[in-house]
Amino acid sequence: MTHDHEGPRLPEPRGPVSAAVKDYLLDAGPLPRPEAVAAAPAYGDDLQLALYLCYELHYRGFAGVPADREWDPDLLRTRAALEHRFLSALRADTPVHDTVDDALADLLVEPAEGDGVSHFLRDEGELWQLREYATQRSLYHLKEADPHAWVLPRLTGRAKAGMAAVEFDEFGGGRPDRVHAHLFAALMTDLGLDTTYGRYLDAASARMLATVNLMSLFGLHRALRGALVGHFASVEITSSPGSRRLAEAMRRTGAGPAAEHFYDEHVEADAVHEQVVRHEVIGGLLAEEPHLASDVAFGIDATEYLEGRFADELLGNWREGRSSLRTPVFSEISFIS
Amino acid sequence: MPNSPAEPARRIKVQRRGPLLVEGPVEVELEDGSTVRSDRFRVALCTCRRSRRFPWCDTSHRERTKSRRTDDGDPAS
Repeated sequence: MTHDHEGPRLPEPRGPVSAAVKDYLLDAGPLPRPEAVAAAPAYGDDLQLALYLCYELHYRGFAGVPADREWDPDLLRTRAALEHRFLSALRADTPVHDTVDDALADLLVEPAEGDGVSHFLRDEGELWQLREYATQRSLYHLKEADPHAWVLPRLTGRAKAGMAAVEFDEFGGGRPDRVHAHLFAALMTDLGLDTTYGRYLDAASARMLATVNLMSLFGLHRALRGALVGHFASVEITSSPGSRRLAEAMRRTGAGPAAEHFYDEHVEADAVHEQVVRHEVIGGLLAEEPHLASDVAFGIDATEYLEGRFADELLGNWREGRSSLRTPVFSEISFIS
Repeated sequence: MPNSPAEPARRIKVQRRGPLLVEGPVEVELEDGSTVRSDRFRVALCTCRRSRRFPWCDTSHRERTKSRRTDDGDPAS
């Protein structure tokens, strides 16, 4: 058996389900009982962390956990039960548009006076809030575009070519110094954060975990390829204007050149990506498989639903001057002057 | 000298609303004579003239509404 001695440290459990999954990964106990999985709130810390632990085995794994746990049939059975809870909740709670065009049209309109997270950070965000934002988002951006690569073998023709082209751009177009995850690590350095993969898993909120679990769920299941494509479109379409506001926030607070560059790059890159994803990836997929239209719409709307919950949490805390993180992370770093 | 007929013409995608989409890499000569370059596999050129990153599209062509939206997704992907 191959043990991953190197790799992210396993996080602290957040309840009985995540505790049992963690123990199982360490050969220290049985998997959670079905009743415990059934009793855990679908979007709560415990279930979301347990699912995150299962998914992370497909990316970088954890220190001290055998690499072949990725395909442990008992663990996969538990993962399926967790996924069922999460997906059922999303299907029940997400307001889904009737058509893909309707879902896209709503994303393609910019509110004249938006009051989302990027608006807040642009207008009044302080450095500590930008640090918190980067800390939370690091769970995704340090593996940016990785979850979406799973969908490539499930696509053909125009959709595959378009998706691969966008992913190539995400991965730096052949240049390691331009890989978006690498650019994000440079942003974290500007903000005085630790760029180690998985370092801030304990600090991230359940609502943040849910946004990453959504990508892994859609990416790892061929049956959900339509939802993955919809999810990706939603992210790319909303990214460009939001990135412009965050680039302004970084400039106003003097966060640093790499912090500005990360978002400046995304203003330009994602203005292209959203065109390719809409015309080539969604257009190509639905020309081949028109029956996936409702899944594409679900992917778009489920993303908006979970992003909306996360935004409410961030803004709710920040407007009261409270931290959005589960564990304090800034006391241990040296503040940049 | 005319281009070789075997050489495929560069295709540009035009839309009523939205940027021109050109296969990259692209070099653009600006009014002041300077040139800017993009190495991206595809390049979106601003046609609405509202872009703050002109000549590159920054999605400023999008329609704006008075309605407020609290949820904005993850910028940057």
